[in-house]
Amino acid sequence: MSLFSVARFAAVLVKEFIQMKRDRVTFGMMIGIPIMQLVLFGFAINNDPHDLPTMIEMNDASPTARAVLAGMEVSEYFQFVGVVTGQEDGDRALRDGRANFVVVIPPGFERDIIRGLAPQVLIAADASDPTAVSSAVGALQGILDVAVKQSLTGPLQAVAGSPAPFSVVVHKQFNPEGETATNIVPGLLAIILSMTMVMITAVAIVRESERGTMETLIATPVRPLEVMLGKILPYVFVGYVQTIVFLIAAQVLFAVPFTGSRLAFFVGFNLYIVVNLALGFLISTVARTQMQAMQISFFTLLPTILLSGFMFPFAGMPGWAQTIGSAIPATHFLRLVRKVMLKSADMADISGDMAAIAIILAVITTVSLLRYRQTLD
Amino acid sequence: MTDAPAIRVTGLTKRFGDRTVVDNFDMEVPKGAIYGFLGPNGSGKTTTIRMMCGLLTPDDGTGSCLGYDIRSESAAIKANVGYMTQKFSLYEDLTIRENLDFMARMYGLKNRKAVVTDTLTELGLLDRATQLAGTLSGGWKQRLALAACLQHDPRLLLLDEPTAGVDPKARRDFWDEIRRLSRKGVTVLVSTHYMDEAIQCDHIAYIAYGKKLISARAQDIPAQIGLTTWRVDGPDLTPLEDELLALPGVEQVARFGAALHVSGTDKAALDKVVAAQKARKTHSWQEKPAELEEAFIYLMATAVDNFAGSTA
Repeated sequence: MSLFSVARFAAVLVKEFIQMKRDRVTFGMMIGIPIMQLVLFGFAINNDPHDLPTMIEMNDASPTARAVLAGMEVSEYFQFVGVVTGQEDGDRALRDGRANFVVVIPPGFERDIIRGLAPQVLIAADASDPTAVSSAVGALQGILDVAVKQSLTGPLQAVAGSPAPFSVVVHKQFNPEGETATNIVPGLLAIILSMTMVMITAVAIVRESERGTMETLIATPVRPLEVMLGKILPYVFVGYVQTIVFLIAAQVLFAVPFTGSRLAFFVGFNLYIVVNLALGFLISTVARTQMQAMQISFFTLLPTILLSGFMFPFAGMPGWAQTIGSAIPATHFLRLVRKVMLKSADMADISGDMAAIAIILAVITTVSLLRYRQTLD
Repeated sequence: MTDAPAIRVTGLTKRFGDRTVVDNFDMEVPKGAIYGFLGPNGSGKTTTIRMMCGLLTPDDGTGSCLGYDIRSESAAIKANVGYMTQKFSLYEDLTIRENLDFMARMYGLKNRKAVVTDTLTELGLLDRATQLAGTLSGGWKQRLALAACLQHDPRLLLLDEPTAGVDPKARRDFWDEIRRLSRKGVTVLVSTHYMDEAIQCDHIAYIAYGKKLISARAQDIPAQIGLTTWRVDGPDLTPLEDELLALPGVEQVARFGAALHVSGTDKAALDKVVAAQKARKTHSWQEKPAELEEAFIYLMATAVDNFAGSTA
């Protein structure tokens, strides 16, 4: 009686692949989910939106006023969709959503500039969606300064320096264009792998006991290790396929760069796959049915999306939420991938993240082995 | 060694939480026998079988199966035992051939392809080998399950209610196969609900609430229970049946063809009833030796569903 039989392990492996092949829906999901999410999140989510509908209340027809509007339009943050007459009209436009911004050019705008009176351009913004308007507002002062400055030529050049002859410099590092996709896409790999690996592993293991086939299986001479490896390896393979699909799509669709060490990525990515499989295995020791396994997997998915720093900046979360977030493998893998893909990181740069994932892995493995022993009988 | 029993367990005990499912259970299954394992639902049959082939570790007790210790040598037991579960537990999303091939690999069979093809031919499923196992009818699933656990030529077959939900013709075929295997020297332990199946066994053990009530050679069972049986012939048996059942001493009235078999364990009380009935001269009464049929009906009738009983 050998302790580990390659033949039996291979039998489980082959069986698992046949079952995977036959379950078309799940198989399609495993390949389809990464592409779908990539396209959805990559194209649809934009934290730096452009072409926001804007309306104007124009009380000064001077060249400077027109230069201001032209400057705003050229910036691509604003799209002028109409004019309003008076404050009431402007408020209504904001309220019913026809405009995110209303720009009010005061009467005698150019004249007051020349006189050095520092006239105010009022921008009323719909701040109920702060993400939508914040970057446009942030860019506004700079746009206006440049526009005003450029319009004051010839004899008026003298006053150009006086009001606020500076433009705000927004220096967006690693993502100079402020492309959301460049930030979202690498993070998405962490979410996709977590979502499919955890759920599919948990379901595949629970399926054996739910359908009763586990009884036949353990009545044969097969060893637990052969079963576990045989069942889990196919999903490691799936994780590889997903990642390859993902990397190609990230490159082709979003031109996300890959600047760091490939070795660092490979090592980190394998560690992350293992930790997710371990989590799926842990769930399978708790769940009695495939439905429960799905539900528990989804339960872990929400914090993974919300608290890992994928959706919202990690630094912006309160301390307790950061603590929870730190216990989630995706949090660390997310940082790892962003570092490697965008910041040219190598092994040394990601060692902290790797250590964190390794600790989580150790804890999950310990707990699930303890649970597995209890459920054998 | 040839006369050593295939299974010998003593004091086998299994508890789940604070519920004792199998309680101090002794059993000896002679080599080559067809051993019937009877008892109501929830009486602990499945748990006992699982302990015998090393799927569950007993909380107490010792035993050997095919000469291997059930605690420490479960790997050797598994390699030489064919275990057929109560519920169909092959892979429904694999084809018939893939299932057989998988099981053949599990047991490390040589000439795997040839063995699987032989099995398929014997089953008569060669032309349906690529059909998914899940699409088979109940009877065919059962035949496939049996074939799958016979491929590695086990010396002992453990069958846990193998014929539940299978039509009578398939059940008959199944038992023909069991007897054929028994003639070849395979020991068969089969748990069942059906009386007509129990009758086919050489030995019987009867279990209720995790405790063994009876175990003996099949022909010795009626004597052990101590039933006295009278055969009643005559007209209008149905009203008589109701009337008799209400009388003291009559524990069981069963219809056999055109006659009633009236039985009881208290011979004196039953004799009084019979004397009174004979005096009416409406029916003919004849005492007969109690047979296995009466004994089983008696056993089945007296045992309630053990799941229901355990909460009381």
